[in-house]
Amino acid sequence: MKSSTHPQNTYIGGHVERVEDYRFLRGEGQYLDDISRPGQWHAAFLRSSLAHGTIRKIDASAALAMPGVHAVMTAADIEGNIPTIPFRRPNPTIGPYAQPIIAREKVRYFGEPIAMVLADTAELAEDALQHVVVEIDALPAVIERVHAMSDAVLIFEDTKTNIPTVFNAEKGDIEAAFAGAHYVIRDQFATQRQTALPMETRGLLAEWDAQLGQLTVSGAAKLPFFNRTTMANMMNLPEEAVDYIELDVGGGFGARGEFYPEDYLLALGARKFNRPIKWIEDRREHLMAIGHSREASCDVELAFSKEGVILGMRGDLYINIGAYVRPNGMTPVRNAAQFMSGPYRIPAIDLDAHAFVSNKTPAGTYRGPGRYEGCFFIERLMDQAAGALGIDRLELRRRNLLTHEEMPYPLATVLPSDGRAETQCDSGDHREPFETVVKESNWAEKAHLQGQLIDGRYHGMAIGSFIEGGASGPQENVRMQLEADGIVSLYAGSSAIGQGLETVLAQIAADYLELPMERIRVFHGSTTYLKQGWGSYGSRATVMGGNAVIDAAKKLLGEFRLHAAKRLGLAPEELTITEGVARAADGRSVPLVEVAKDGINVDGFFKNQTPTYTYGSAFAHVAVDPGTGHIEILDYVVADDVGRIINSMTLHGQVMGAAVQGFGSVFSEELVYNDEGQLLVGSLADYLIPLATDYPVVRCISLENYPSPTNPLGAKGAGEGGIIPVGGVVANAVANALSSLGVQPKILPLSPSRVWELIEDARARA
Amino acid sequence: MKVDFEVNGRAVSVDVTPRMTLADCLRHELNLTGTHIGCEHGVCGACTVIVNGDAVRSCLMLAVQAKGAEVTTVEGLSLEEGLTPLQEAFKRHHGLQCGFCTPGMLTTLHALLSEEPEASEERIRDVISGNLCRCTGYIPIIEAAMDARAAYQQARGDK
Ligand code: FES
Ligand code: FES
Repeated sequence: MKSSTHPQNTYIGGHVERVEDYRFLRGEGQYLDDISRPGQWHAAFLRSSLAHGTIRKIDASAALAMPGVHAVMTAADIEGNIPTIPFRRPNPTIGPYAQPIIAREKVRYFGEPIAMVLADTAELAEDALQHVVVEIDALPAVIERVHAMSDAVLIFEDTKTNIPTVFNAEKGDIEAAFAGAHYVIRDQFATQRQTALPMETRGLLAEWDAQLGQLTVSGAAKLPFFNRTTMANMMNLPEEAVDYIELDVGGGFGARGEFYPEDYLLALGARKFNRPIKWIEDRREHLMAIGHSREASCDVELAFSKEGVILGMRGDLYINIGAYVRPNGMTPVRNAAQFMSGPYRIPAIDLDAHAFVSNKTPAGTYRGPGRYEGCFFIERLMDQAAGALGIDRLELRRRNLLTHEEMPYPLATVLPSDGRAETQCDSGDHREPFETVVKESNWAEKAHLQGQLIDGRYHGMAIGSFIEGGASGPQENVRMQLEADGIVSLYAGSSAIGQGLETVLAQIAADYLELPMERIRVFHGSTTYLKQGWGSYGSRATVMGGNAVIDAAKKLLGEFRLHAAKRLGLAPEELTITEGVARAADGRSVPLVEVAKDGINVDGFFKNQTPTYTYGSAFAHVAVDPGTGHIEILDYVVADDVGRIINSMTLHGQVMGAAVQGFGSVFSEELVYNDEGQLLVGSLADYLIPLATDYPVVRCISLENYPSPTNPLGAKGAGEGGIIPVGGVVANAVANALSSLGVQPKILPLSPSRVWELIEDARARA
Repeated sequence: MKVDFEVNGRAVSVDVTPRMTLADCLRHELNLTGTHIGCEHGVCGACTVIVNGDAVRSCLMLAVQAKGAEVTTVEGLSLEEGLTPLQEAFKRHHGLQCGFCTPGMLTTLHALLSEEPEASEERIRDVISGNLCRCTGYIPIIEAAMDARAAYQQARGDK
């Protein structure tokens, strides 16, 4: 019998144009603000103008008197305790630091919601905000690390510390490692506060059906199922009474789709007034309200043998998580501790990652959370150590990069456990993308440019490496249904955030069903399609969703075989199934469409608690203008091994887009606060993301030399890796360019003014 | 107040408030939701439409200012069915991911290439630098625009 489930493999691995593009290009995408309901009200949020204070009074009477204004909801409208936002990855000590969904007695950051105005139009709601009188007595604002960690001002008066958790990453015998070291490098570095900044701001539409007792929330992203459970609990509804509907989403990058305070307030309003309520965040509000990330600093050391072999790493990391622990606010903290060792073989590790609260916007994740920060720290240490040890920078890395023979390679254990204390790199040889980048960048030919002043600019180069975790468990579900016209509808729990999910899942389904892609229709992300699902976070949609698709495809073909056999009066094993047709030895056949009327409907799932680890290396060639501090990226090459390429086009798109985002991180994006805790960044003219003219060269190479053993596809997560190495590699290239001056960049971003100052200081010292 | 203008070749007469932007008018009064709003302060370019041949940020223009104008949105650039050469090029080069910036990119490039079908890569880059995209890194957008030039050159030749 010929295997009926062996994939023809005509789509997987190809350069397949996306199915979602057609509607986007014609202006037919459906984003949240594109839908409206008759009789809907619009919400606007009154947010704290102080970073820290005690609320004395809220008087909404003038706002309520305005025509078109229907209600102003405050903490007073909530009976009993104010619900708090749940944690996605709880640990024993973070309970008291959860965020109440609306401020009652205290405000703890600039932008914290105090009241929600409901009016006929968004303009009227916004106008009314000006007429809500709020009196707040200011408390001292806690903004930076030393002040926060001193506990001189406690942000949560019922706690004893501003440090909700210290994660410890541990491995091997650290004392012995440092005792036996030939050379130890110790240094301090810092990365600045940023946010993901999707081009579409957040928004939601909440609808209450009083007859059915049903709440529908449109505008879901990332975690529709977790958020549904959360919402149902908070609203005291059974889970089936809440639906999350996913529309087209204008970018996520880790920040969109977490459960935010507004989500609950909108739902509460919709139920209370029995009205559809819509809210679209404006850009200024977005900058103060969506999760921030990346504000990290460290004091760490690396121990080396004489030959340049890393013996151990220890030290402290400090992450400013803002005013509250948000659903995934601890993810960057624990990640920084666990993944700082990155691609290197480090037998002994002892890192403490301190999460501290401050009077800033609460933090969450942004693409490559904790990994970008950790990679910057260790890559800076590696280059400086190479100089001190007198070993070539590339050679030092070759001696420490993980090899295929060492797989699976355990990383440090992180405690307290948030469910993933232990993990290991699953497969790969880190030397391969490294050497690919050495070759593709023409390192040997360009090596003589290092540190040279050419036409008034200093040239520098660097190569660094990274690992990217993916395939976050625990499970993903899909359902496949054979439609009357022979089309297969695929309902997936994974959600789309602009990454081309429909295409990728359709490719996998088409190959495993041996059907043309046009016969697959993908629906995803809404809780109405499936009883259970997870979503798109931690670079999981392709691996988890894709493998669930394979399971469903196999089951669907199994059903096809049974039904076709019945029609032909044969035993199922007597049939051969290829390309949507079941054939008997006697020449009779049954096409798939014929069994459609039997109602074929299967569930597929994939369970996996073992993350995948994509890994890679990146090269940067920079030119630094010492007169202005401006840095140009002359060339940038990144190579990564993703286990199995599903769609080379969308994969390159992810890597390239992430790399350019990384340049924004390195050079220009910063959420600046003043000493009073006011966010000074209020528009896209202040928060400077890359422009088309900024970084014209990025070259991507994708490898699939080592499929992941954790899943049948062999795929690994791939949406985040492109951004992880950018800080470390670019900063090292800048240090290399300015080596004659002895400049060592330690703080990001490398804005022209900061670089110019570093150069001036170095010259003054000389 | 009433304002009369032309959208995508169709005469419209819309009742607007004095402070309503052209973007809101197109999206919410005329249901042309292909025009997107990413900032409402003139920086991101997602709201770009073509007014009398020029690429204009519809969030910075009041609806009343459109009186008598010819306005083209992404819907107006599209065919009944299928994709235009510029849209095709975006698809081929993966010039879009989430698609949110895309309508603004298309209108901006259409205005440019209609005027300057020979535009250099540098020129295209420069013009597109007024439109923000958070997903693609711009490189494939520039490639798509370069590729689409041929169709605009031909269209000019055909005239
Ligand atoms: S919405 Fe008009 S420029 Fe951003
Ligand atoms: S494609 Fe997402 S912002 Fe450009």
